[in-house]
Amino acid sequence: MTAYLKLDHIDKIFTRGAATTEVLKDINLTIEKGEYVSIIGHSGCGKSTLLNIIAGLTVASTGGVLLENREVNSPGPDRAVVFQNHSLLPWLTVFENVKLGVDKVFARTKTRAEREAWVMHNLNLVQMAHAKDKRPSEISGGMKQRVGIARALAMEPKVLLLDEPFGALDALTRAHLQDSVMALHQKLGNTILMITHDVDEAVLLSDRIVMMTNGPSARIGEVLDVPLARPRKRLELASNATYLKCRQRVLEFLYERHRFVEAA
Amino acid sequence: MNMSVKKIDAEGVAPSAGAAAAVVAMTPKRPPRSETYARMAKEAAVRVIPPLVVLALLTLVWELICRRAGSTLPPPSRVFKDTKELILDPFFDHGGIDKGLFWHLSASLQRVAYGYSIAAIVGIALGTLVGQSVWAMRGLDPLFQVLRTIPPLAWLPLSLAAFRDGQPSAIFVIFITSVWPIIINTAVGIRNIPQDYRNVAAVVQLNPLEFFGKIMIPAAAPYIFTGLRIGIGLSWLAIVAAEMLIGGVGIGFFIWDAWNSSHISEIILALFYVGIIGFVLDRLIAGLGKFVTHGTAQS
Repeated sequence: MTAYLKLDHIDKIFTRGAATTEVLKDINLTIEKGEYVSIIGHSGCGKSTLLNIIAGLTVASTGGVLLENREVNSPGPDRAVVFQNHSLLPWLTVFENVKLGVDKVFARTKTRAEREAWVMHNLNLVQMAHAKDKRPSEISGGMKQRVGIARALAMEPKVLLLDEPFGALDALTRAHLQDSVMALHQKLGNTILMITHDVDEAVLLSDRIVMMTNGPSARIGEVLDVPLARPRKRLELASNATYLKCRQRVLEFLYERHRFVEAA
Repeated sequence: MNMSVKKIDAEGVAPSAGAAAAVVAMTPKRPPRSETYARMAKEAAVRVIPPLVVLALLTLVWELICRRAGSTLPPPSRVFKDTKELILDPFFDHGGIDKGLFWHLSASLQRVAYGYSIAAIVGIALGTLVGQSVWAMRGLDPLFQVLRTIPPLAWLPLSLAAFRDGQPSAIFVIFITSVWPIIINTAVGIRNIPQDYRNVAAVVQLNPLEFFGKIMIPAAAPYIFTGLRIGIGLSWLAIVAAEMLIGGVGIGFFIWDAWNSSHISEIILALFYVGIIGFVLDRLIAGLGKFVTHGTAQS
C-alpha cells in the first residue's frame, strides 16, 4: 500500500485559559492516490478539526500530515477545500471566484488566456459555465456549492478536501450533486477526503469509510472498506446486498457502539 | 375516476392558459411610455410634494413671526431682497475677501477635500492595522477613544501654533475631526471579516498585499463607507467653525464677517448653502458606497 496522504499520530488539544480539551487522540490514517475516503462521526467528534488540520488551517498539537512523504503544516492549493457553506466571495462573480485560485496557482505556468480557458473548463465540469457572470447571491445553494467544487478542482489539488459539502442542501439537490462528484471522481481520479454525517452518502461515494468515536479524545473507531464496483448507480445500490451490509455496519457503529451522548 | 377528471381539467385549461399568456405578452408593449412616465411622475411627486408643503408652511410661519416691527431676525422676504445680488451673481471677485459665495464655498470645499482625503487614507490604513492586529488594537484603541472625544475646535490653537498658518491648520482640523469614525469603522469591518474568507485566502495562498486588496477591503467596504459617511459630515461641521476663527476666504468666515457687519440676511443665505452642500456631500459618499459595495451584501 502506497501512502499518498498519511496522518501520523495526530493529537489535537484545545487550550482555553486553564481548561484543556483533548479533541483528537492518536489519529493514524493512510490514503492511497485516487482513493475516496469518508470520515463519519457524530457532530462534535472533531472530524472538522481533523479536516482543518489536513488543510493546514489548524495546527496539530502533536503528530503531523504527510503528503507524498513531505510534511505539510500550512494551507496550500495542493489540499484545496470545499467548504460546507461554499464560502464564495460575494463581491466576485462566479468566474472571478474560480479565477482567484487559478491566477495564484498557475501564475507562472499558464498565460492569462490559458488561465481563463482553464477557469471555463472547470466551470464546465460542474455545469456552471452558464452562470459565469452571476454573483453568488444570484444563484441557488446547490449552484454555489458547484462553484465551490470548481474553485477547488481548478487548483489541481493533490487531495481534495470536502467539509460536509452537501450538508446545507436539500435532499434532491444533494443527491444530484453527489452524482456529480462521483462522476468527477470517476473522470479525473482525484484523491478525495470527505467529512460527512450522512451514512448513505458515505457508503455511496466512498472506497473506505473512517468511523470516529465520540469526543472528547475522539479516535478512529473502525475503518470499513466498501467493495462496490464503480460506476455506482444510486437506484441499483438500494437493493444491493454489499451496499446494505456496509450501511448496516456504519449504522451499528454510530448508533449502538458509539451512540451520540447529549452534552449535559 | 379522479384522475380522469383531472386530465380533462388540465386539457380544458391548457388552451385558455396559452391564450392568456399571449395576451399578457402583448399588452405591456402597447402603452409603455406614457404609463411609465406617469408612474415615475407619481413617485417623484410623492417624494417631492410633502417636503415642499412643509417648507412653504415653515416659510409662512417665519414670515408671519418676523415681519412684525421690532423683530430681531428678518423675514424671508427681507432675506431674499437683501441677498438678491449674492444669489444672482455668486462669481464676482472684488479682491481680498469681497468675493461671491461660489468662491467662499469652493475655498471651504477645497480645505475639506484635502483634510478629508488625508483622513480617508490614514483612517483606512490605521483602521486596518487596528482591526488586523490584536496588539495594535490593545495599544492604540484606548488612545483613539480618548482623542476622538476632543472637540474639533480645541485642536485649532494647537495646530496654529504648529503650522503658523491658517490654511494647513484648517486642513489639520478637518483631518483630525473626520479620521476617528473612519478608523473605528474600518477596524470593526476588518475584525468582522468571516473566518471563511480568511480560510479561502489561506488555501489559495494570497500574499498579505493581495489579501488586503482582494479580501479585506471588499469585505469591510460597507463598514468603511459608514465611517467615511460619518467623516464627511463631521468635516463639513468642523470647517465652518474653524474658518470663523482663521479668517480669509471661506464660507465660515463669510458668516462671521456678515455677523460683524450685521448682515443677518447674508448669514441666513450662507446657512442655507451650508446645509445644502452638507447634504450633497453626504449623498455623494453614500452613493459612492452603494456603487462600490453593491456586490458585498452577504449572500
